[in-house]
Amino acid sequence: MDTHMDGLALLLQGEGAALNLSRRGTLGAMAAGGLLLALGIPTRPARAQEGPAVMAHATKVAAYLAIRPDGSITLQNPFAEGGQGIHTAIAQIVAEELDADLARFAVEVAPPGPDYLLLMGGNARFTGGSSSVRSSYAHFRKLGATARAMLVQAAATAWQVPPTQVTTEPGRLLHAASGRSAGYGDFAAAAAALTPPADAVLKDRAQFRLIGKPEKRLDVQDKSTGRAQYAIDIKVEGMLHAAVVHAPRAGAEPGAVTNEAALRAMPGVVSVHRLPGAVAVVADSFFRARKAVEAAEVQWTALSGTVLPENFSSASLLETFRAAADQPGNPARDALGDAPAALRAAARVVTADYDAPYLAHAQLEPPSSIARFNADGTLDVWTPNQAPELFQGVAARTAEIPPERVRIHSPLLGGFFGRHFVYGPANPMPQAVLLAKATQRPVKVIWTREEEFGRDAYRPLSFARLRAGLDAQGRITGLHASCVGEGPIGKHFGAAALGDPPVDGSVVEGVAFKPYAIPARRIDHVVVPQPVNIGFWRSVGHSMNDFFYESFLDEIAHATSRDPLALRRELLARSPRHLALLDAVVSLSGGWRPAAFMAEDGTRRARGVAMASPFGSEVATIAEVSVADGEVRVHDVWVAIDPGSIVNPAIVEAQVRSAAAIGLSSALYEEVVFEGGQPQQRNFDTYRILPPDRMPRVQVRIVESGAPMGGIGEPGTPGVPPAVANAVFTLTGTRLRRMPFANTRLSAS
Amino acid sequence: MFEIMVNGTARRVDVEADTPLLWVLRDTLGMTGTKYGCGVAQCGACTVLIDGQATRSCQVPVESVGTAQVTTIEAIGADPVGGRVVAAWVKNEVPQCGYCQSGQVMAATALLKATPSPSAEDIASAMTNLCRCGTYNAIAAALADAQSAG
Repeated sequence: MDTHMDGLALLLQGEGAALNLSRRGTLGAMAAGGLLLALGIPTRPARAQEGPAVMAHATKVAAYLAIRPDGSITLQNPFAEGGQGIHTAIAQIVAEELDADLARFAVEVAPPGPDYLLLMGGNARFTGGSSSVRSSYAHFRKLGATARAMLVQAAATAWQVPPTQVTTEPGRLLHAASGRSAGYGDFAAAAAALTPPADAVLKDRAQFRLIGKPEKRLDVQDKSTGRAQYAIDIKVEGMLHAAVVHAPRAGAEPGAVTNEAALRAMPGVVSVHRLPGAVAVVADSFFRARKAVEAAEVQWTALSGTVLPENFSSASLLETFRAAADQPGNPARDALGDAPAALRAAARVVTADYDAPYLAHAQLEPPSSIARFNADGTLDVWTPNQAPELFQGVAARTAEIPPERVRIHSPLLGGFFGRHFVYGPANPMPQAVLLAKATQRPVKVIWTREEEFGRDAYRPLSFARLRAGLDAQGRITGLHASCVGEGPIGKHFGAAALGDPPVDGSVVEGVAFKPYAIPARRIDHVVVPQPVNIGFWRSVGHSMNDFFYESFLDEIAHATSRDPLALRRELLARSPRHLALLDAVVSLSGGWRPAAFMAEDGTRRARGVAMASPFGSEVATIAEVSVADGEVRVHDVWVAIDPGSIVNPAIVEAQVRSAAAIGLSSALYEEVVFEGGQPQQRNFDTYRILPPDRMPRVQVRIVESGAPMGGIGEPGTPGVPPAVANAVFTLTGTRLRRMPFANTRLSAS
Repeated sequence: MFEIMVNGTARRVDVEADTPLLWVLRDTLGMTGTKYGCGVAQCGACTVLIDGQATRSCQVPVESVGTAQVTTIEAIGADPVGGRVVAAWVKNEVPQCGYCQSGQVMAATALLKATPSPSAEDIASAMTNLCRCGTYNAIAAALADAQSAG
């Protein structure tokens, strides 16, 4: 059985869903980048807010809502909750139109099923690309309004009054003329028996009492008291525990386990198994399983699937990228004019190389999965995931049963960040299925932190060469950039998904699709495949590419003796939305500081600015830094974000702070280095992430311009690394062109 | 067989002497509020109180617990300081994914029990648990609230 199948590709192969990744659709989606592109969602901005035309399920009230006699409401959410607040946000939209009490909602991730396919024209679902609210806002408003209309009709029938005379207040039905009233729970059963109307009327925005308000999240109590249950916490009757060790290098397969008899004699051990690319021990507790599997003496032999050569290193691959940077590439779809010609004609050309390392997702919950085969031939799987139908398909193939016999349970995620697609061998779920099948018992597999860091689908190693042509007055006449390498879209979907000529949006986004008025531009994707398994990491290509571009823009400002903020305003002179956002962030930060200055605490500081246009939102960021002990200290980050319109400002602010934190973490500390075909960082002792004492104050200003709704979970990330790097340059004169910055010793000069 | 005191109750557990307290709590006693994050005392998700001290239970062999009192997140609400910390966490809506927050609440409770009005340095040295969601601003605000409520 091939458990090395590519999970994402499986989704495209589909379970009977004919997914049309036409070139036109792909090209249209390219501008919005990342995951949306990969899954072919039409992302023309005008369609994002009014729903990408997937309203087919908006009146299927029974599939989504269950109102109990006590008035409590269970909502089946198509989207996975991993800290981004989507359970609350979706319930908030429904509660608005249903006219219900938000606090009475319990939200679960919906099981696989056709009624929850809200993306790709109603053919797919996943949680990612900062797309959940904007893709389903219209759907869930309609759903809530429809459910309310059914309750009103049920009450009107029982009370023998016209439905137009029945009104609601949160959770209650009222008939003013007769003074009658009842809770939603009293009429829930009668309402559920009705045919949902197609014509339920939505509220006028002026009547909103929830949308746009900082409503409390539904999950904070359980998450503050240890009661929230994640996949790793779930226990099923008769369950055994499994631990695995993977081959030192991806692609090696286990031959003999030479001490298998000794392992089986260890306390609690049930059995020893060879799996694709790994060895597993099944025992009566995880610690016993882990102890045994780590004592396993394995002869790693045959190679299969994607193999990491013995001499593979990230450093050598980076040099390969660098050597390819001047080779012809395929231009991103926002090419304008003849940029190479503009550079040839320029009075002066500025060129710089930038790079970013492999990153681990480093979500704090290590991966786990439980599989249980049932007597009726069905299979239950509990697994952290952001795409239940995808996991259903992979589980079914692994178990060699039809997908409809697989139930996928999707618990809370202990960290999101793009980790929870299958990504081929980067997921323990197929191992759980194989072990449950082999042992005829329910099995929970947990990956240790070391196994997780050794088999994550990493953010790709990235390299870009940027070239700008300047005229005699220092104006930018052309920009030609080459983004070298391979991105997760091409890796997991193949060149066919990248259009013609093939350009991986996850490689170019953030260098391409910038809003600045530069008369000639060409952003090339120079394709160089890489053997490492790569994945989507919060804000995807933007997470490094906006660092490259916005830092380079400051290099141009410096080269032409202009203020970086003034240069941006000049290049955005005809874009009121971006100018307003720059004004907002400058105002939030208390005014622009163009030069280094002495802070009240006696530290010498400077500020940097950066912009980004990720996932349908616009963002402007300012960071204030000092240097101590050779490292950057970031004191404050100010972020102005324009997502068009929003549902919950408290959740938006929390997400922007979170996105800024991970952006800063990646800028300062994070990298996975491959040497000898093996990732060197296997735990948090060597893979540094942002600790509490390095967290800046992050202040957020939300600008609701009324533009089509954009994303929230990721857009706060890309602006932080360049804002910090630009501040460091102003402070020290050192231009940081490589992440992480901790690898460069700085002097406060 | 070991007998340990967990949340005021004597519990007998039949495990090897080197079994970390973390896995005794989670697998043997079914108390999953204490989280596994790294196993090497780097992240703090597994923080419990041992005789009032914030301790990373992934690095505590069960044989070393002896007669010490182990307090976990499951019982933290029964502690007056712990209850204040939880209330402050809820009020400030600290958690995002929530996975590290049991450990954060335990670390904050230990700090405020020992030092009701901690200095910035006290906080920096006591609050070292990692949060990948970057909820550190909210943690700081909640910690301030929990102090002023005391």
